[in-house]
Amino acid sequence: MLRVFALALALLCLTSVAQAEAPATEPTTNIEDVLQQLRSRSFDDKAAGIDALAHSGHPRADALLKALQERRLLQDRANDRIVLGERADGGWQLYDPLSEADLGTVESRAAAPITINNRLRRQIQNLQAVVGLNNPDATLRRAAAISLIGTKDPDLLSALRERRAQEENASVATAIDTTLNTAALYSEDSDLSVRLNAIEALSGSLEPTVRNALRSRLDSDAPSERKAVEAALQRIDARTSRYQTADTLFFGLSLGSVLLLAAIGLAITFGVMGVINMAHGELIMLGAYTTFVVQQIFPQGHEWSLLIAIPAAFLISGFVGVLIERFVIRYLYGRPLETLLATFGISLILQQAVRVIFSPLNRSVVTPEWMSGAWQINPVFSLTFNRLYIIAFALAVFLGLLLVLKKTRLGLQVRAVSQNRQTARGLGIRSDRINALTFGLGSGIAGVAGVALAQLTNVGPNLGQAYIIDSFMVVVFGGVGNLWGTLTAAFSLGIANKLLEPVSGAVLAKIFVLVFIILFIQRKPRGLFPQRGRAAEE
Amino acid sequence: MIMKKRWQRLAQAGIAAGALSLSTLANAADTIKVGVLHSLSGTMAISESTLKDTVLMLVEEQNKKGGLLGKKLEPVVVDPASNWPLFAEKARELISKEKVDVIFGCWTSVSRKSVLPVVEELNGLLFYPVQYEGEESSRNVFYTGAAPNQQAIPAVDYLIDDLGAERFVLAGTDYVYPRTTNKILEAYLKSKGVADEDIMINYTPFGHSDWQSIVSRIKEFGSQGKKTAVVSTINGDANVPFYKELGNQGIDAADIPVVAFSVGEQELSGVDTGPLVGHLAAWNYFQSVYTDENNSFIQQWHDYIGDDQRVTNDPMEATYIGFNMWAKAVEKAKSTDTDKVADAMIGITTANLTGGTAVMNKNHHLSKPVLIGEIQDDGQFAVVWRTDGLVAGDAWSDFLPGSKDLIADWTKPVNCGNYNSKTKTCGGQAAQ
Repeated sequence: MLRVFALALALLCLTSVAQAEAPATEPTTNIEDVLQQLRSRSFDDKAAGIDALAHSGHPRADALLKALQERRLLQDRANDRIVLGERADGGWQLYDPLSEADLGTVESRAAAPITINNRLRRQIQNLQAVVGLNNPDATLRRAAAISLIGTKDPDLLSALRERRAQEENASVATAIDTTLNTAALYSEDSDLSVRLNAIEALSGSLEPTVRNALRSRLDSDAPSERKAVEAALQRIDARTSRYQTADTLFFGLSLGSVLLLAAIGLAITFGVMGVINMAHGELIMLGAYTTFVVQQIFPQGHEWSLLIAIPAAFLISGFVGVLIERFVIRYLYGRPLETLLATFGISLILQQAVRVIFSPLNRSVVTPEWMSGAWQINPVFSLTFNRLYIIAFALAVFLGLLLVLKKTRLGLQVRAVSQNRQTARGLGIRSDRINALTFGLGSGIAGVAGVALAQLTNVGPNLGQAYIIDSFMVVVFGGVGNLWGTLTAAFSLGIANKLLEPVSGAVLAKIFVLVFIILFIQRKPRGLFPQRGRAAEE
Repeated sequence: MIMKKRWQRLAQAGIAAGALSLSTLANAADTIKVGVLHSLSGTMAISESTLKDTVLMLVEEQNKKGGLLGKKLEPVVVDPASNWPLFAEKARELISKEKVDVIFGCWTSVSRKSVLPVVEELNGLLFYPVQYEGEESSRNVFYTGAAPNQQAIPAVDYLIDDLGAERFVLAGTDYVYPRTTNKILEAYLKSKGVADEDIMINYTPFGHSDWQSIVSRIKEFGSQGKKTAVVSTINGDANVPFYKELGNQGIDAADIPVVAFSVGEQELSGVDTGPLVGHLAAWNYFQSVYTDENNSFIQQWHDYIGDDQRVTNDPMEATYIGFNMWAKAVEKAKSTDTDKVADAMIGITTANLTGGTAVMNKNHHLSKPVLIGEIQDDGQFAVVWRTDGLVAGDAWSDFLPGSKDLIADWTKPVNCGNYNSKTKTCGGQAAQ
């Protein structure tokens, strides 16, 4: 009896052992199950699925993670399975996730990308960073090391140490050192001398994560460590604040260049000709819409279509400008109030025309690759490319205009007519034609400004209204009729605005600048650089 | 002689016109008139013109089903041109001259505030379809958009609980909706134990386009070691340059997420969303939600507008819910009389496009689910979180000292839009 019992017990043990061992003999993870896990509605389950996928060792794991990150891993609603997909005219082209076999096409809403959130995106990035550490490309290795600054994960740290031992590129090695040193600050059991060395090595770093790591040691028990941290933080803060000043100046220059672009056409029509053109903003808007239309015509040419948009915008806005001059303004010379009302009416007509033609919705203008992103000089100082290009563009337009006015026959005639119309006509200049051409030139430049502004702001019917007041402000402040005054005024207003903004907030900064200009005009009604001579006295 | 002829002709024309208006008057008795008060020109046309089309589409569909109470519906569209006083004038014109039975309209709070005295004086009926700052409840208005507790508060809860945010930037455009919402959020965050120095509040003018310094300040504020999130009540046009600047300065959603209350599918349709993937928005509706109701609504919209690239958005769903509720209430009351419809409205339910049913509460606000979505590279949102059940819209915020004791209840015996539950008086304390 006892024997039977013992046998049964032994059998029972055996089977349970066999049961426990059974999963170990099969492949550790079934890739199909893992993929099914990604379909869960809970993001915790998905996170576990991503981890399982990354550690499955399956040859397709990396490709699938990348697909998940790029929203190409789909849930096929009809067949209830996970597939890979590419967008194909209005629908999806489906592939098998493992074999990449073609599974045909479905319409857009029949399949949906598997949703990931920021946490999962970060998780995938970290998983990829580890892979990136061994990438043959040194810049990618460096980026991977920098993205890991602040990590406390022992696995990642040992991967970093491994890499450091065989790293040959100096800048990558420095980046890995920074990451390792930062980790040393966070670990409680590290030696004081190790930490002091780490602080010493980190004291020039501008990485915000490094600064935070240093700050976490401000309450250290060791006075020597506290002192070292304080000194390091002081050095970091001094460097940071220098770069922040440079940043503010850059913001000011960039705002100034936008003001310059918006105002420079007006400096011709209002400054040189004396026409109060309230439709100036709408001429800018036409330039922005031209950019949009050109991009529609060349759907593949986002990288270079701006080069076509610039002359096209000049011609279209210039042509509209000539029409406005010929049919409205020419009857109103010397009657500023009527001109103001008539051009205001034109601005409303143009706005509503655009609403009718293009709909009241904003249009999207694609930013070319070479204009997006920033030139990252160091972690606290970067210059955005679009702003850099716009500063350069504004100056180029300014110089071009200056050349036209100073070096060409048209420029000479324009200046002659604006200085003294009667004498100019007496000398055989057809002042009518010159008026139309000058107004066209000013309007065309407004159109060119529109191409640049389309990169910064909405392309919509209200675009012009946002710039009209600023434009007048710049021209009046700089001195009517003086291009150099417009340049100086635009940049000084831009910088003043950006210096005030952090102190007073954006709303008050604008008000302060406006109040300052009113007071300034009270004292010097002719602006910064008043026009001298007889014409100015009229 | 010539003069005389001209006068004759004028008189004839006058008589003809009179006859014409008489005949339309005769027609009017056979139809139910639906007023549409949305801007078709000016700044707000970008958002509001879509809602006009939505109402027209819903009217057309209702007429296909045979109208209401055996009568056809007749839309009357006016254009208040983004001009706030003109909203009041046009509302008066719709009610007194056109004799409409209901108005669907308004977007900005200031336009609603301008229309409010008119609908109350003339006893009209207004359905307001946009998320707003709360602190209001009128007998004559039904609010089908979100109150702050149906959008802002759940969004902040998500930031704290799911993303672990500890520092907050409250960035908004300088007008009544962001200011009130931010006041509520500031009080709420402090009640959650967030310190003063961890809250940064920033206001910008309408249509602000130069975001460089503000974005760089946000970047600096967010690099102090605590998880930072931006709560954006930036309105309309200013969003595009804001998001462009975020993308250019390399602010990644995984580092500093921005949750917006005024950015939906329509606002994103003018933006390249590649750099914005992962930033958030809180709404009661997203186009990407996969339900049968939503699929057929999108299909219907694309057929009506003749463009399958046009997006749908939250205020459209609010208009849809409001219109269907009104239609049900008219059938329940068997009349289009304002008082009868307003009484019948309370307790009416209708299907949400995102699943489940919306309920009209006693305070003229809806109970509906709250969704949080992340921006995707195709300009759509992927839902990452939703409330378990329905959230009842709260007309008076519990987090503002002036309004925490106030409730709105338009049933007997209270029958009051700002009833003080402590002093048991109606209108005992105005907001602010």
